[in-house]
Amino acid sequence: MSTKYIGEMVKNAAGRFVPVEVNGEQQIPFQGVGKYRPSGRRYGPPLVSCADFPADGNKLVSNLKEALIKAGLKDGMTISTHHHFRNGDLIANQIFDIAHELGVKNLRWFPSASFPCHEPLIKYLEDGTINRIEGSMNGALGRFASEGRMKGVGVLRSHGGRYQAVQDGEVQIDIAVIAAPTADAFGNANGVDGAAACGLLGFALADSQFAHKVIVVTDNLVPFPCIPWQIQGNYVDFTVKVDKVGDPEKIVSGTTAVTKSPDRLLIAELTAQFCEEAELIYDGFSYQAGAGGTSLSIGIYFDEILKRKNWKARFVRAGSNQYPVKMLEEGRVDYILDGQTFDLEGVRSMRENPNHVNTSPFTSYNYHGKGNFASMVDVVILGATEVDVNFNANVVTHSDGVLLHGIGGWQNCLFGKTVILPVPLFRDRIPVIIDEVTTLCGPGELIDVIVTERGIAINPRRTDLLEKLKDSKLPIKTIEQLKEEAEAICGKPAKPEFEDEVIAIVKWVDGTVLDSIRKVKK
Amino acid sequence: MNINDKAFAGNRGDKVRSDCYVELELKHSGGLEILIKSKVMAMFGSEIEQLVKQFADFYNIKNATILMEDSGALPFVQAARLEAAYKSLTSDSRPFIFKTPTQQNLATSYEKSRISRLYLPGNYPSLMINAGLHQPDGIILDLEDAVAPAKKFEASFLVRNALLWLDFYGAEKMVRINQVPRGLDDLEHIVGYGVNLILVPKCESADQILLVNQQIDKLKKERNSLQEIWLMPIIESALGVVKAYEIATSAENIVAMAIGLEDYTADLGTRRTEDGKESFFARSQVVNACRAAGIQPIDSVFSDVNDMEGLARNVQNSKALGFDGMGCIHPRQIKVIHENFAPEIAEIEKAKKIVNAFIEASEKGLGVVSLGSKMIDAPVVKRAQKVIDQALSIGLIEADWRKEFCN
Repeated sequence: MSTKYIGEMVKNAAGRFVPVEVNGEQQIPFQGVGKYRPSGRRYGPPLVSCADFPADGNKLVSNLKEALIKAGLKDGMTISTHHHFRNGDLIANQIFDIAHELGVKNLRWFPSASFPCHEPLIKYLEDGTINRIEGSMNGALGRFASEGRMKGVGVLRSHGGRYQAVQDGEVQIDIAVIAAPTADAFGNANGVDGAAACGLLGFALADSQFAHKVIVVTDNLVPFPCIPWQIQGNYVDFTVKVDKVGDPEKIVSGTTAVTKSPDRLLIAELTAQFCEEAELIYDGFSYQAGAGGTSLSIGIYFDEILKRKNWKARFVRAGSNQYPVKMLEEGRVDYILDGQTFDLEGVRSMRENPNHVNTSPFTSYNYHGKGNFASMVDVVILGATEVDVNFNANVVTHSDGVLLHGIGGWQNCLFGKTVILPVPLFRDRIPVIIDEVTTLCGPGELIDVIVTERGIAINPRRTDLLEKLKDSKLPIKTIEQLKEEAEAICGKPAKPEFEDEVIAIVKWVDGTVLDSIRKVKK
Repeated sequence: MNINDKAFAGNRGDKVRSDCYVELELKHSGGLEILIKSKVMAMFGSEIEQLVKQFADFYNIKNATILMEDSGALPFVQAARLEAAYKSLTSDSRPFIFKTPTQQNLATSYEKSRISRLYLPGNYPSLMINAGLHQPDGIILDLEDAVAPAKKFEASFLVRNALLWLDFYGAEKMVRINQVPRGLDDLEHIVGYGVNLILVPKCESADQILLVNQQIDKLKKERNSLQEIWLMPIIESALGVVKAYEIATSAENIVAMAIGLEDYTADLGTRRTEDGKESFFARSQVVNACRAAGIQPIDSVFSDVNDMEGLARNVQNSKALGFDGMGCIHPRQIKVIHENFAPEIAEIEKAKKIVNAFIEASEKGLGVVSLGSKMIDAPVVKRAQKVIDQALSIGLIEADWRKEFCN
């Protein structure tokens, strides 16, 4: 039976048509940034008593299959996993192999993100073991969903939105499987030690707190206590020891390499110059820059500016890697607030340095909390597949309409004080700046500056930045000028054609529905 | 069917970007069959098909199978690949000008600054598209060593189309042709299409320059082109070094002469070292010949694109020897070259005074420029202006530098 029933569609506050019911659940259309207020109480998993758990703290069961059976795996359940191991994850596929073997059907897979290594799960999406993915769908999984082949409707959430959905009870996790580089038999776990060390386990925090059953799987079992306990065993039902939990080479790279692409370096340089001229960089400022080619280079240029001025950043929000670590160790930043670690230097630093702090989507991104630090970051550097003339941006689909990326922390970071998207004006022949984004992921009112190799556009709402840069030698243009320049070079792209069928929805950070993604026409 | 009725051009494969591959089979019957595969199909499928049809119309191709496998190529690239495939099957010489050229044929001056010139392989569109944004003084579309022999034919069409439709963002448009006599054929594809300067490689005699100029003049006349075309011979052999002055003075349109050290050291039977002792004589000889001829001496490229410190040392050395500029093979080298060729503070201060005096004199309508008790000749003013331009271009002085002379 297919649950992919789409009834009524309504126009939300962003002017996008979204379904009012998805996978049998009522949805709230996007109401505008900061408009929707939740009510009621946080979701709570059932109460338990420690009397029902071994007093010696040994929760080990013989294997993952036994753990899943003991956790009550059955049809229609929600199973969560996490992407700390990125493309080196070995556990998620095993879970569904076991489910398939047991004849369990109609599962909802709720990963914090999926990777190309999860492509083998397509067969379970086809045979009904898995009904749908609620989480990022990249590469082959994205294409599969875009062709309308997934039985249920996909739901894309940001990292913060995932925490919010779990906390609010919008998604109730039946079984969370937390793959951990190091753990004890009680279930305490961390990401800083062991062969599969990945730094931190923040994406699994919500799952440990709110799932009905929690299984910790590790290949590095240490005697109690496993310190630091990034995941606390008091939330954990079962522990499992396996031979290998992840593929180290695919988890973190030995070192992150700076881009050699002259075009990306040019964009990075323009971005850094812009930030300096706009006085966004000051003694004690903070920024977020990821580990992608351009972002990494921007971080390095920022560091050069700090060095030159003899300034210090208060904190760097990361995606950590060797470059912020170097800044931390050389005293040009006080703290790294780390969401995930991209290389071995990042892992080492997190293990050794108390000022390299592991964060979770709760502390950094959760919109239904009493604040989060995403909005305290001075400069936020993000990517996009498309940006439109109203500064709206897309990160999940390509201009041909195919779902190819997850949202990650992208939406959450839009709340930073100045949000800058350094993007090429076009990729091959595909303009990045267009009339209207294919899929809306971020409302333009939150996006301040677009930096391309052919010019910089400032959102007209940011009159302060326009004023500061009015005599600048930087190539400041309007976003319409940039769009026209792209079209003069590439031609005007035709819009992709879609069927009516909605294959996935994009949630906003508050759980409302921001946009729908439709099946691509063959 | 004749095997010669089928031709290929361009590149395909997973790693190919901004390029396309064309397979053209001319037939005697059966009409026109067009097959298009493109990774930008959803956005540009119909535009691509339109271009292919326009191409078939233009050459009156009625019966053929045309396969276009596109990896996100811009139209000028697609047009070049289509034309190259067709031209390898026919003797039709008409260029496929598929739309009005977007670029004006901008003239450049004899004494224009040529500190950096960026080499780009002539058959590699993805490197061409953004090259001008990195602000080299010149961009060289290379038809010689950077193009594999089997690809030289198709490269000539791509280079021509780049001259016509690619924005060089103010950089001088340069082409390195093949060694004469082969290079004479290359001129067919570049003269009259907006090229500013032609590099003549492995130059060993004044005769080679004369041959190049004869062909240029002939083509300019045929094409009613008035655009000035400058030459930059490249000295790359022991004989070339010996004949440096003869070559430098062989034609009026020679604005600069370069040295190519990879080939030169091979010719000597030695190899390039970092301190460059082996080429000291040749480099000095070229500088001397250029200065004697009143043209710009230009140094060889520095080939380690990762070693920016080595490049900086190399440039300083080059400047000290008397060179005015240097080639580069990666956009990242451009800034380092400009910074290290930059005039020194004292040089700039002197130039400011001279240029200021010149401007004041012209404002007052004076024919003679003097600074203190000294008369200043026109070439001195020109050289000072160049120093100012250079200092401005790398931000050593502000556009309103004359403010300090106002009171």
